[in-house]
Amino acid sequence: MVDWTDAEKSTISAVWGKVDINEVGPLALGRVLIVYPWTQRYFGSFGDVSTPAAIMGNPKVAAHGKIVCGALDKAVKNMGNILATYKSLSETHANKLFVDPDNFRVLADVLTIVIAAKFGASFTPEIQATWQKFMKVVVAAMGSRYI
Amino acid sequence: MSLTAKDKKMVKAFWAKVAGKAEDIGCDALSRMLVVYPQTKTYFSHWKDLSPGSAPVRKHGGTIMGGISLAVASIDDISAGLLSLSELHAFQLRVDPANFKILSHNILVVLAVLFPKDFNPEAHVAMDKFLAAVGRALSEKYR
Repeated sequence: MVDWTDAEKSTISAVWGKVDINEVGPLALGRVLIVYPWTQRYFGSFGDVSTPAAIMGNPKVAAHGKIVCGALDKAVKNMGNILATYKSLSETHANKLFVDPDNFRVLADVLTIVIAAKFGASFTPEIQATWQKFMKVVVAAMGSRYI
Repeated sequence: MSLTAKDKKMVKAFWAKVAGKAEDIGCDALSRMLVVYPQTKTYFSHWKDLSPGSAPVRKHGGTIMGGISLAVASIDDISAGLLSLSELHAFQLRVDPANFKILSHNILVVLAVLFPKDFNPEAHVAMDKFLAAVGRALSEKYR
């Protein structure tokens, strides 16, 4: 699906290697629910999401953030094959969870911002470009089984 | 998705904290936009140097932040405040309005890079809404 240069592959692995899924996942998902509050519709069973503090302190949000971020690990480890890697996840989101695929792009953008906050200036424009290319491929793969 | 009183308060307070670094913010955001979204270079083909942090990029980043400052000062009626900027972008520069979202994203990335503690979720939602409102105001005169 996509050509990765060696430099791109090592940049993505290096960025991902410095990301703590248990920290970044909850931060990213929490921010999505705060910045785009209509996304809360998917998490009716999560309990109190009424305020930013409630969202960032909610253990179910945190747990789910870790799951979502953990799934990115599969993409990093299968960069040559992201489309196939996400086939069944895409089908699940399309046919069982009924998640609007625009949310994948939204989560990718927020994740980029959370990673930028963590890395600071070492998240250079060039690294951002490579990371966002990777996010674009992941987002496309997640949307690929929607008709 | 209009700005509430709470949003306006948050934007003004946050802007007061970061305005001192406005030129750095503008320079970095524009640099990132040109690298991460190379199609945006089309609007700057008359510059000698489009590389991150170059002189024309820094200067123009400052100009853009001037526009953002104006929008903050006009926050109760951004469309009125940005009227002539909208005409400029619509009739002279003819910047495709899709690019306002792209630049906004890069401004948010830079705010996260430079102000990781202050750019908390509450500041993030207020600034995202504000930049979207700025994009809409700039698009007003297009057609």
